[in-house]
Amino acid sequence: MIYLLLFWEFFKIGLLAIGGGLVTIPFLMELTEHYDWFSKQQLADMIAVSESTPGPIGVNMATYGGFNAAGIAGGLVATFGLVFPSLVVIVLISKYVMKYQSCATFQNILLGIRPAVLALILYAGCILAELAVTDIKSGFVCLVSFALVHHWHKLHPIIFILGGAVVGILFEL
Amino acid sequence: MVGYWNLFWTFFKIGLFTFGGGAAMLPMLRSEVVEKNRWATDEELLDYYSIGQCTPGIIAINTATFVGYKLRGVTGAVLTTFGVVAPSVVIITLIASVLQNFMHNPYVSQAFVGIRIVVVALVAEAVVELWKKGVHGRIGLFIFALSLCSLVFFSLSPIAVILIASTTGLVYLKWGRK
Repeated sequence: MIYLLLFWEFFKIGLLAIGGGLVTIPFLMELTEHYDWFSKQQLADMIAVSESTPGPIGVNMATYGGFNAAGIAGGLVATFGLVFPSLVVIVLISKYVMKYQSCATFQNILLGIRPAVLALILYAGCILAELAVTDIKSGFVCLVSFALVHHWHKLHPIIFILGGAVVGILFEL
Repeated sequence: MVGYWNLFWTFFKIGLFTFGGGAAMLPMLRSEVVEKNRWATDEELLDYYSIGQCTPGIIAINTATFVGYKLRGVTGAVLTTFGVVAPSVVIITLIASVLQNFMHNPYVSQAFVGIRIVVVALVAEAVVELWKKGVHGRIGLFIFALSLCSLVFFSLSPIAVILIASTTGLVYLKWGRK
């Protein structure tokens, strides 16, 4: 029974949360008021862990919330619930996108949207920077890593991510 | 034709090395999907982002689903979605069940701080590289500046930003270009 409920609640979050993973937080906050799956304090921990561990934040929080509510199966069910609306909606939309891709008006709309998407990505990057760059030391590391990333832009991001982990430990960031 | 296993594994890697939300996923996505496998162009990736931004669900999942569907239809969409989600499920379950003190380990938290800083640099570099593909002419520059201002100064929602941009672009390209 709890699994059905978990699926339903996270399905609703997947359907109603539009945008990045952090938009799911208010929905999770609401869950703490209706169910005893996790407390507000636990939610704060969930956000902290989800932000730093691998995987998209929204997915991490769903798995964590589901696990807190009903163990491993709970985590699976909640994650599946979150993902399900995306899967259905995007598959439905994709059909039309592929069909109208050659249409001139559609192309014009996309030409207007692309600069806006870049602005959105840059803005999201600034929010990430605000969280990550907290003092002079981290600011310096950020600038140096941008110079390196820019110079060796053909290298795989995994190399830089692993490098970041090593630098974090060596310089005690 | 792209193999099913290859699709799943590629998106598993992308999920495993995404630290943050949708934007943080972009460097991995470009490297794996555009540069290494050539499954989509940079332009297409930007389009998937814009659509993923306005449709239900979190952007990271929506973009993964899009690429999967483009390559292998519904099965592809299911595989990329599950691929990108699988590392989260495994890692979070481990942390929540047996590694509760994992995040309190000083080395672990230092490593994550370092990673988060590098992710900022990677996202910035992605914007630099996508600039040539996404921003054309003065109108492109105008829409970019307009969008950034409406985000920074007016805290408009991403959907509003995309709606404004598409209208501006359409009006300009249809009637303004002479």
